[in-house]
Amino acid sequence: MCQVGEDYGEPTSVGPPPPPPRPGCELKCVKCKEGLPVVVIRVGDAFCRNCFKAFYVHKFRAMLGKNRLIFPGEKVLLAWSGGPSSSSMVWQVLEGLSRDSAKRLRFVPGVIYIDEGAVCGQSPEDRAQTLVEVKRILQTVGFPWHLIALEEVFSLPPSVLRYFAQEPTGTEGAYKAAVDSFLQQQHAPAQGEEQLTEPGTQGLQTPAGPPTAAQTEARPPTAAQTEALSRLFDSVKTLTAKEELLQTLRTHLILHVARTHGYSKVMTGDSCTRLAIKLMTSLALGRGAFLAWDTGFSDERHGDVVVVRPLRDHTLKEVAFYNRLFGVPSVFTPAIDTKAPEKASIHRLMEAFMLKLQAQFPSTVSTVYRTSEKLLKAPRDSSAGVPAGPRCLLCMCTLDIDTADSATAFGAQTSHLSQMPPPTPPAKALTAPCCSAGEGRPQGCCQVAGPCGREDPRACIIEQLCYGCRVNMKDLPSLDPLPPYIRAEAQLRRQRAWVSQEIQEYLIESSDEEAHAGES
Amino acid sequence: MPAPQCASCHKARAALRRPCSGQALCGTCFCAAFEAEVLHTVVAGRLLPGAVVAVGASGGKDSTVLAHVLRELAPRLGISLQLVAVDEGIGGYRDAALAAVRRQAARWELPLTVVAYEDLFGGWTMDAVARSTAGSGRSRSCCTFCGVLRRRALEEGARLVGATHVVTGHNADDMAETVLMNFLRGDAGRLARGGGLGSPGEGGALPRCRPLQLASQKEVVLYAHFRRLDYFSEECVYAPEAFRGHARHLLKLLEAARPSAVLDLVHSAERLALAPAARPPPPGACSRCGALASRALCQACALLDGLDRGRPRLAIGKGRRGRDEGGTPREPGRVRTPVPEAVPTF
Repeated sequence: MCQVGEDYGEPTSVGPPPPPPRPGCELKCVKCKEGLPVVVIRVGDAFCRNCFKAFYVHKFRAMLGKNRLIFPGEKVLLAWSGGPSSSSMVWQVLEGLSRDSAKRLRFVPGVIYIDEGAVCGQSPEDRAQTLVEVKRILQTVGFPWHLIALEEVFSLPPSVLRYFAQEPTGTEGAYKAAVDSFLQQQHAPAQGEEQLTEPGTQGLQTPAGPPTAAQTEARPPTAAQTEALSRLFDSVKTLTAKEELLQTLRTHLILHVARTHGYSKVMTGDSCTRLAIKLMTSLALGRGAFLAWDTGFSDERHGDVVVVRPLRDHTLKEVAFYNRLFGVPSVFTPAIDTKAPEKASIHRLMEAFMLKLQAQFPSTVSTVYRTSEKLLKAPRDSSAGVPAGPRCLLCMCTLDIDTADSATAFGAQTSHLSQMPPPTPPAKALTAPCCSAGEGRPQGCCQVAGPCGREDPRACIIEQLCYGCRVNMKDLPSLDPLPPYIRAEAQLRRQRAWVSQEIQEYLIESSDEEAHAGES
Repeated sequence: MPAPQCASCHKARAALRRPCSGQALCGTCFCAAFEAEVLHTVVAGRLLPGAVVAVGASGGKDSTVLAHVLRELAPRLGISLQLVAVDEGIGGYRDAALAAVRRQAARWELPLTVVAYEDLFGGWTMDAVARSTAGSGRSRSCCTFCGVLRRRALEEGARLVGATHVVTGHNADDMAETVLMNFLRGDAGRLARGGGLGSPGEGGALPRCRPLQLASQKEVVLYAHFRRLDYFSEECVYAPEAFRGHARHLLKLLEAARPSAVLDLVHSAERLALAPAARPPPPGACSRCGALASRALCQACALLDGLDRGRPRLAIGKGRRGRDEGGTPREPGRVRTPVPEAVPTF
């Protein structure tokens, strides 16, 4: 090649220098038509720094504004993992709060960081190191914060797993009224308010609840707890189930913190790319009924605490560029699947597949994402009359297992069959025929097994799970290492069901719905 | 190490592990369980006693297993079976497959009817279609034509033999691939329609059922192995480099990571809840042949129309402009969502 270049007379090609002017002279920012473009988001759309920032910020605020879910003055917990997306989210909130009054975000944020080092293979020294870094960033951000170690799951109360109905807040009208009354309050002590937000850093010590709690909870977990946690995760046979379990426990912890400190919303930093991957993953995990909960803008499955995903319009690429261009700090911590081979889990497989396909067909992610917006949260053919069916013990979605639907019953049956522990043939001998023959009545044997299940906590937990969680629990040989609150709540629910079954025959039924409601 | 004991009868040595559950079973118990599960699906799919069931037979593993199982179950269900095979007119492939179907029909003493594209569709064979579409570029759209036409041919064949139901050999893997694909290309309409055990037969079409829908491909092959079924296992000469390949590859990986993934996907597909707006409009009737259609012409007629007019790609692919030029005007009120620039055409 060099020779060819030499043959074609260097002087002429050097004279008019073609390569250098390309970026600078010809291309202008597609928005303002004058700025120097620094980033190409989609093919052909080059943005300058300022326009990219405006575009990014607008998307974030539009997502919140469009949905009108977060009321002024509401306490919002930002779930921060230290990674790029959630860091970007925290940063957006920080900037949104410090803007001039007309455009200011009006909610009251707090940040939660969950230290998962114990299950991600970090040594105590690494964890301490990470925590130092985390605290440094949290201090610059200046919101009240909660540093929680994942080990805390062992001291959660069973009530975490309960659904607390939220008083209906109404719609449009209620939101408008709330904004108006908030603004009126603001106008009177306008100056005072300014002062209240400004010393956010010192605010850590002054307000009553959260900050002090944060300080106490930041204590390192006991060695026994750490050991119990790693024993739990070591006992899980597949990485897929580990990732799901981690996510479940993390959600419970965040929910607990939100409830105890009076946060009514939790924000997570799921980007559009992440959500598309999550959607496909959930699909493959048998969570088809809950896709809208798992990936929608808002997730009301817990009732009183609503999970919100304000970054769901941003692609991972935009997040990465924004963080780089505007110096958003983030912490690097290994995740549970770091360094795992691509085929190790459904999550990893789906991620690799989607990203690979996205490279070939640039609209893959957005296509999946847009399809997800057409999903409904209600079950497929539910009458709106019975919203409060029994909920899954772990993921807290309405159970998607019933005997009526043949295919589902069959799917549940197969998972049920293999869960039958082989070492107890005599006790199970009586119920086994009904299970293996089980034409259409897989649930039947569970009900028969009611009383004898008292000595089998596994069956007790399993029967309270949704399809996807049942499949995951298959990868746990023993449910004993699970944190006590899960087992306690399972027992409690079972007793309640038992009691209501006892009184069932004395009840005079007027309709079928009541019988259903009684089961829950 | 000797093979473990069968987990079901506790007598014989296990001969296999069930792919979906990992249970070690002997051949007899596995076949019995497999048949029981198909029976369960069939009962749920509402195949009533007295039904005349047309079995779509291609000679491949799925339809062979389907025909065999249904033949075993037929006395219990009180149904009578009719094999219907479709001759697509693919030289060097279909003839051998049809020979396999004929052998099966003779061995099982089941009536067999063969319907040919050539007779049904005004002389078009798949080979002719392939020649016609090759001129317009990609030949992988062959499978689009073939799939649509085969569905029509099967329906015609079923009517010919006086069937009341049509059953096809789609297995769980097929269903799982389809739901993955529909998500990847954003086909909300198909997602809303999909799942379930077939269609109850709306708008005059025969009710359809997929009895093997909950059996993974591995189980189907295992069943064929233990029953020593003779089937034809060559790939069609027009087998595509199409997008289904991506989905199939992904599914294989998922299955390796978690054996129940196929069934989990089928479960998901059944439980999807789509917004009413995403559901397809209630189907009407084709203005030409009267078959079920969501537009003015049914897809088969639209494809044939394009072929006859020498523009085979009219009814498929992006921007179906000119599709209805010569035919009836396009239905008003059906708004198509714009297709983004780089959606892969599958």
